[in-house]
Amino acid sequence: MSWILALPLLIPFVTAIAVFLLSNSPKMSARVSLAGSLAGLVAALFLFAEVASTGVVAGQMGGWPAPFGITLVADMLSAIMVVITAITAVAVALYALGEIGAEQSRLGYHALFQVLIGGVSGAFLTGDLFNLYVWFEVMLISSFGLLILGGRPEQIDGAVKYVALNLVSTILFLSGIGLLYGETGTLNMADLSRVVAEHPDQGMMTLIALLFMIAFGVKSAVFPLFFWLPASYHTPGFAVSAVFAGLLTKVGVYSLIRAFTLIFVSQPEVTHTILLWVAGFTMVTGVLGAAAQSEFRRILSFHIVSQIGYMVLGLALFTPLALVGSVFYLVHHIIVKANLFLISGISQRMTGSGELYRIGGLYAAAPLLAALFLIPAFSLAGFPPLSGFWAKYVLVKASLDADAWIIAGVALLVGLLTIYSMTKIWAEAFWKDDPSGRIPKAPQDGPPLWPCYAAVVFLAVLTICVGLVPGPFLAFAETAATQLLSSDAYINAVLGAQE
Amino acid sequence: MKSIILIAGTRLLVALLLVFSVYMLWRGHNEPGGGFIGGLIGATGFVLYAIACGTQATREALRIRPEIIAMVGLGLSLGAGLIAGLFGDDFLTGQWLFIGGSKEEGGFPLSTVLMFDVGVYGVVMGSVLAIVLALEEEEED
Repeated sequence: MSWILALPLLIPFVTAIAVFLLSNSPKMSARVSLAGSLAGLVAALFLFAEVASTGVVAGQMGGWPAPFGITLVADMLSAIMVVITAITAVAVALYALGEIGAEQSRLGYHALFQVLIGGVSGAFLTGDLFNLYVWFEVMLISSFGLLILGGRPEQIDGAVKYVALNLVSTILFLSGIGLLYGETGTLNMADLSRVVAEHPDQGMMTLIALLFMIAFGVKSAVFPLFFWLPASYHTPGFAVSAVFAGLLTKVGVYSLIRAFTLIFVSQPEVTHTILLWVAGFTMVTGVLGAAAQSEFRRILSFHIVSQIGYMVLGLALFTPLALVGSVFYLVHHIIVKANLFLISGISQRMTGSGELYRIGGLYAAAPLLAALFLIPAFSLAGFPPLSGFWAKYVLVKASLDADAWIIAGVALLVGLLTIYSMTKIWAEAFWKDDPSGRIPKAPQDGPPLWPCYAAVVFLAVLTICVGLVPGPFLAFAETAATQLLSSDAYINAVLGAQE
Repeated sequence: MKSIILIAGTRLLVALLLVFSVYMLWRGHNEPGGGFIGGLIGATGFVLYAIACGTQATREALRIRPEIIAMVGLGLSLGAGLIAGLFGDDFLTGQWLFIGGSKEEGGFPLSTVLMFDVGVYGVVMGSVLAIVLALEEEEED
């Protein structure tokens, strides 16, 4: 049973070793990286099928029983996140065939990328808080390596901000872990779920919960802790920033959801109220920040922040429907946002810049790209029948059901402002003519463009599928939400499986 | 800066540090120690050598690129975990081999646990050396 849990972790690391040994042959390492990502997707789908058919799956690594050893555990939420991680990995590995040159490959792009994917999958699968911290570190180190790959000054500038703020988060996370272990004597999440609820000093537990909230809040870039994200995400290569945009902040959101549904639920009037305010401010500041930007990826980066607010909103409302919305939003957002970053990469290849006022004419030169841009852009803004519509619909309905009129209004208004930013990109990059009169065209030298298009089409098709047939996806999200709200299945799978 | 005193002292210290690092790795099975601290001590030996004799000489003394050491170490650790699968156990479960008699007869124990620790030793030593040598070379340029 435990191997099916370990495989989504093992495959990226084995692939990382293989591509590292091949790093002198850029073509081969890119292909092996893609093959490894595909194998990872197959493993993730197997895990998903297992969870969907039998419920929560848990395994004890090294055969040490919980709560002493390290547990890997997959409930529906974890399984969904692992699959979506693997999908993003495939798309980005495909895109990398058309972007990553010999120099970046020699410097270890593919190996770092695979380690990053392994770290993200590990964070989604672990059932132990300290182990979660370790996976955060794996992600931080590999993402730092990816950020500075190439060594341009603005990359170093972005990376320093990124690492500085993330280290603050790490320290808070570690302090929280230390305090929690000192108070309860366990770090196994399922065990904590029982122990924290029965702990006599609930004030202390809430204090620790707030430490975790800040730590995960930095990771997920919520208001007012998001400054590192727009400062760094527009600097690295596109295959790097797409995977960052899709996955990294979502690990923070996942950790928030896990911590505040499983462990810290004894004083929701404190913790979840704070989360609700945070969600509202995150949505508004993100979308207003985006409106003030004029660089393709900086606009998208601020929109990540704004969208994180929606996911936190679902968690903050803490009703079954709201959690369905959060989970659905996570899936929708990862696909759409990674796709938009990949599209910005193709756009920059063809126009030579990401500054919207300096480029233009893409609609005439590349109508296919324009059509492909509209799909995730409209989905992000919440146009029916795309995936973003259902995500926003569920969340707004959940807010109205919970009589949270103001936050529902905020969510709708932010959706409207999202359209403003997306039309700005459309009007500037695609619709108007290039101000210097040049016609956008990809340079002949350099890697081929078709893998980039293939990756974008792959993700766009997924967005349309989720939008047109939302039924099964909503059903999966509902199963995930049900499991999140009644954690007995999770706890029994971890602690009952000791024999 | 080349200091004859440092170079002469380093010769002795490096050998000591490397032996001590292996001792720490070995001892780590049942007592404080292990691959992580062993790898750090081993890396310290080579870092000292790099300060005294320069990075070029260190790379020659290492013979293998530190990045390769780290990756081979990662491979060893992963392999140690995977071996458990051959015996139908959970990932990373320790497997034991007793040479020259069973456990009770005092056979010499070998385990995948040790293999895992040797891998950790390689990862830590390799990555620390890769970073330190890169920084030192930046300074020398």
